[in-house]
Amino acid sequence: MSQSIPPIPPEDVRSATEAEDAKLASAQRSYSQGQLVRRRFFAHKPAVVSMAALIFIILLSITSIGFSGQGTGWWSKSFLATGLTVDGGVPTMFRDGFLGEHPFGQDSIGRDYFAMVMRGTQQSLLVALGVALSSTVLGVLVGALAGYFRGWIEAVLMRITDVVIVVPLLALAAVFGAYAQGLPGGTLTLALFIGLATWTGTARLVRAEILSLREKEYVSAAIAMGAHPARIILKHMLPNSIGVIVVNATFAIAAAILLETTLSYLGFGVQAPETSLGALIQNNQNAFTTRPWLFWFPGLFIIAIALSVNFIGDGLRDAIDPRQKRTGSARPGWRTAFGLLGQATAEERSGKQVTELSGGPTQMQPPAGMTDHGPDLGYDPTDEKRDS
Amino acid sequence: MPEPVLSYKDIRVSFATEFGDVDAVKGVSFDVMPGEVVAVVGESGSGKSVTSSTAMGLLPENATVNGEVLLEGKSVLTMSTAELRRLRGSDISMVFQEPMTALNPVLRVSDQLVEALQVHDVAFGGEALEKSIALLERVGIPDARTKIKQYPHQFSGGQRQRIVIAMAIACGPKVIIADEPTTALDVTVQAEILDLLRELKDELNTGILLITHNMGVVADMADRVVVMLNGEVVETGPVATILGHPEHPYTRRLLAAMPLLREAGDPSLESERVVVTERGGVGDSSSSRTATGVPDGRSNGRAANGVAGTDSDAPPALEAKDVALEYKFRRKATRVVHDLNFTVQPGEIMGLVGESGSGKSTVAKAVLGLLDVAEGELRVRGSNMPALPAKEKKALKREIGVVFQDPAASLDPRFPIGDIITEPMVVHKEGDKNSRMARARELLDAVRLPSSVLNRYPHELSGGQRQRISIARALTLNPTLLIADEPTSALDVSVQAAVLDLFSELQQQYGFACLFVSHDLAVVDALAHKVLVMQKGRTVEQGTTDQVLRHAKESYTQQLLAAAPVPNPEVQARRRTERQRLLAALA
Amino acid sequence: MTRYIIRRLLQFIPVILISTLIVYALVFAIPGDPIRALAGDRPMSDAVRETLREQYNLDDPFLIQYFKYIWGIVTALDFGSTFNGRPVTDIIEQRLPVTATLALVTLVIQTIMGIIAGILAALYRDRFFDRFVQVSTVTMVALPTLVIGFLLQLIFGLNLGWFPIAGVNNGISSYILPALTMAAVSTGILARLVRSELLDALKSDYVRTATAKGMKQTRVITRHGLRNSLIPAVTFIGADLASMLGGSIIVETIFNLPGLGQQVFASIQGQEGTVVVGIVTLFVLFFVVINLIVDLLYGLLDPRIRYE
Repeated sequence: MSQSIPPIPPEDVRSATEAEDAKLASAQRSYSQGQLVRRRFFAHKPAVVSMAALIFIILLSITSIGFSGQGTGWWSKSFLATGLTVDGGVPTMFRDGFLGEHPFGQDSIGRDYFAMVMRGTQQSLLVALGVALSSTVLGVLVGALAGYFRGWIEAVLMRITDVVIVVPLLALAAVFGAYAQGLPGGTLTLALFIGLATWTGTARLVRAEILSLREKEYVSAAIAMGAHPARIILKHMLPNSIGVIVVNATFAIAAAILLETTLSYLGFGVQAPETSLGALIQNNQNAFTTRPWLFWFPGLFIIAIALSVNFIGDGLRDAIDPRQKRTGSARPGWRTAFGLLGQATAEERSGKQVTELSGGPTQMQPPAGMTDHGPDLGYDPTDEKRDS
Repeated sequence: MPEPVLSYKDIRVSFATEFGDVDAVKGVSFDVMPGEVVAVVGESGSGKSVTSSTAMGLLPENATVNGEVLLEGKSVLTMSTAELRRLRGSDISMVFQEPMTALNPVLRVSDQLVEALQVHDVAFGGEALEKSIALLERVGIPDARTKIKQYPHQFSGGQRQRIVIAMAIACGPKVIIADEPTTALDVTVQAEILDLLRELKDELNTGILLITHNMGVVADMADRVVVMLNGEVVETGPVATILGHPEHPYTRRLLAAMPLLREAGDPSLESERVVVTERGGVGDSSSSRTATGVPDGRSNGRAANGVAGTDSDAPPALEAKDVALEYKFRRKATRVVHDLNFTVQPGEIMGLVGESGSGKSTVAKAVLGLLDVAEGELRVRGSNMPALPAKEKKALKREIGVVFQDPAASLDPRFPIGDIITEPMVVHKEGDKNSRMARARELLDAVRLPSSVLNRYPHELSGGQRQRISIARALTLNPTLLIADEPTSALDVSVQAAVLDLFSELQQQYGFACLFVSHDLAVVDALAHKVLVMQKGRTVEQGTTDQVLRHAKESYTQQLLAAAPVPNPEVQARRRTERQRLLAALA
Repeated sequence: MTRYIIRRLLQFIPVILISTLIVYALVFAIPGDPIRALAGDRPMSDAVRETLREQYNLDDPFLIQYFKYIWGIVTALDFGSTFNGRPVTDIIEQRLPVTATLALVTLVIQTIMGIIAGILAALYRDRFFDRFVQVSTVTMVALPTLVIGFLLQLIFGLNLGWFPIAGVNNGISSYILPALTMAAVSTGILARLVRSELLDALKSDYVRTATAKGMKQTRVITRHGLRNSLIPAVTFIGADLASMLGGSIIVETIFNLPGLGQQVFASIQGQEGTVVVGIVTLFVLFFVVINLIVDLLYGLLDPRIRYE
């Protein structure tokens, strides 16, 4: 070693450098960004509870009637089998023992409603995940390419995005759904196709992130040292936007569930004999005065799934964006989930929801033209200012 | 015996944060007399800004304040909100650091100025408007009658600060608190604003509480100085004493850390010349510190200079021939740099100096290949970089290292330090895992950081430490040319001194050429062999450091030099008079 | 400023053209006999077939068809006709007022409630009202429009009997529940947006300057805080309005309102391609125009753009 670290002088006359170096030498565990995020996420109670709830629902729906829905799991009834309605199809839960024969009741042609709701949950979740997957992949691709290469590539991609936004979402999704009907692969194909209509919010968001990251000096340093654009995008830019992408994808799942519900209600989603939560609601909407359970059970499941996914998204966003301020030593509790502490930016959440649901406003953030003036979005987890 | 206009008595402030209570100010007491300028000096975390905000009751909700603040004898902390409100803007007003965001962007300047007058019933309607125009004229905004109808974004930073000052003096306050009022401004603009403040102070007999970290500004403005460290006052006294014979070790360090812009005839220049010709005897001057505080290692930063003349067959490390640079925005190209010519020999440091808009950073970007060259040649080690095919260009990039300004953004937050330092080797496919790690350790040693840092992440490091990592990364492939774009501008003074020291040592050791972009002439004086001064994209003057900084020929250079404040009150006073004379002669 | 306007206008023209093309293509370019696609399962006589061929220029290449269609709209507002010969324009005329009223009522409700809720939530931060706003917005955003619609029908329509649950026979009160349903999500988002923007504005440097000048807090909030934070709110409201037509599809269906949305749905089910294309094209045009107006408005409100 040619140089040794100079000895540390006593407390009161330390200059800043020496104080910093001392602290560094004595610091203990080192956490990477990913680990920090994980720690913060698991400290967020509502998110963790929601995750548990969601996992429970997923497992319940799969194991109960099996993948095929024919009763191959621990619930032996199939969602297709019709029969006689017992007692007007009233739910037997808590009446004949704990579960009884038909805990969720039966529909008008004697099908076991629990099996149907389970099948519906499976399908709705499948569609939601499929939509979120395809729309995120497509959105990231479009956004990253547009943001990095700018110029005519960006112009073309952004105009395409504008066009897709303009066409009403329901119409677009319905048509894509219709195309998918004839294709093999069933629900998953349907989901992937619907995702072709919903990627625009993600694309806009990723483009904004990339635009802001481009200006970061570590990207300039990588360019200056001769790194290939692929390396820069894959190793520097995407990992640093992953947080935003993941949060967006989570809210996309939530929005996709709602979209699927609406589409099925209008008849463009999952087709009979398959069923989904939205289809169940559609088929039984008139029954909510006479046989309310036919409406409420699927409704409750939709609400539960949507809320859970929302809370998980919130938890992720809180974990990833440390700009949330908290006074006192409050760990994120239920109140934070409801946004009662700290400041959730309405835009992040709303941008996804509204965009996915209704073909989106073009101006959740400053109008598309404005961002040409310079990036103003995106965050830096190590954002520190020299304060005094 | 006049009463102090502002009086702090044992002020303690603590903030309730998620990590528990943080004591920002731990018992501060001092006074400000009418017509007096008291400078509160300190680095980040010293508590100086918090102290000043206390006087106006402008602290955030989670702050607890104990002690007393007396404004003309009245206790600020025990007042009702209404009383406090009456005082703000009329008896005590404030000028903040960031002029760009201090004004409401959607309201006209006239509205905002008139507001200041109406709030305190000083004037209304048409009369208020007239008064506002007069205020604008007083603070030096030309053509005030028309300009007052404009919006803030139509003014420059310096002008916006003037408008803020206008609002501050609108109601004739007894004391003005100026929190780093010129830190965000160019040096010539800074000098003008300080002049303005001084004039106004004399005219209105206001006290000024000036918060700053810049000792030169202190020397220029202050009557008395209060030095703060970690929330406490470590020393107070008249400016001549504090700057001339500081007693507290911290004050001494602070002064020693400030780079100096030396004038012709400065004794340290003599020893430098000796060092340079001797080329071997660099050890001697390192341990001495003169009374004006020339820091160690500074005077031997020039040892490598002598090399340039002897080895003249080697091509210059960096050469610019008639270079012009443009920015393209929506198919319109604006030329930002014109007719640039310079040479940097191997082992030489060239300082590229200018104010905002001079184009100096643009030049750095062009050399790094981040910006296309519109015209001319940019030769690195003899090869014209922009004209090279991609593969060769990439190979040439091995020879160039870069250190940027912003420590927060210079390092990828997701990469551990080891990966950051060795990235150039990965990009150019050099070495294997072991040799890369070994190199990383070598470099960490060179920048004086423990090797345990290899597995840490940027967010765990401070600004100065991150800049050192940046330097290590720049040196990984042993470049012949290093581009440093304001590498220490975002750092605290003492941290800056340490980093510059290190930089100078490394340059001697590794012998790389360097293009050092800076707005700070003193830093350039300490490090560079030659200097190029730019203004609005054009070269104003270039030559050796001595020539440009001490025998400047062009008036712009002279103005720049005249405007840079030095931390010696007498010298600064003299410089001020000279500067006024210079400006008068040019006008 | 004029450059900004012109740029926005120019950007939107290709968008309009391409999106209307897509809408047209979606329905008519389905492989197979286009007449069959238009007619669905209906039996058709040759005479009708011939008329349709002529009317839709089906002997022309596809793009020509499209341009003739657009030309028809632009010059004569001719959106084609249904299979029974009824001009689509008629249908639009008849049903537009319903959808327009719905949109208007929704706009009024969501603007007033959203902005006021947002302001109060920001001012009484962390107190009861703020919490209430926070909780309700999270829940409303998570619920499907369907569920909200049904709930409102159940609680306010059936159980309490305050408002009618279907049809337009009771004047404005028929629109209340549907408008509330449409507004539910948007009000929540708007309230959060206003709250967050206002809180940000209150932390800004220029608000600090205003406070340092000695202004009363209420004045600081209204004059400095609100003015700046309402600009993004305005753009959101405008953008939301633009997509309201598309969103009317489901609400009109639930509440049985005879508007354009319900018509689109019915026509999709009844395979009346022409009507679908006509109405959706109208939606698209409306969307684009409103967004353009919003962009222009933004330019007007923010002086940084006005005096570029």
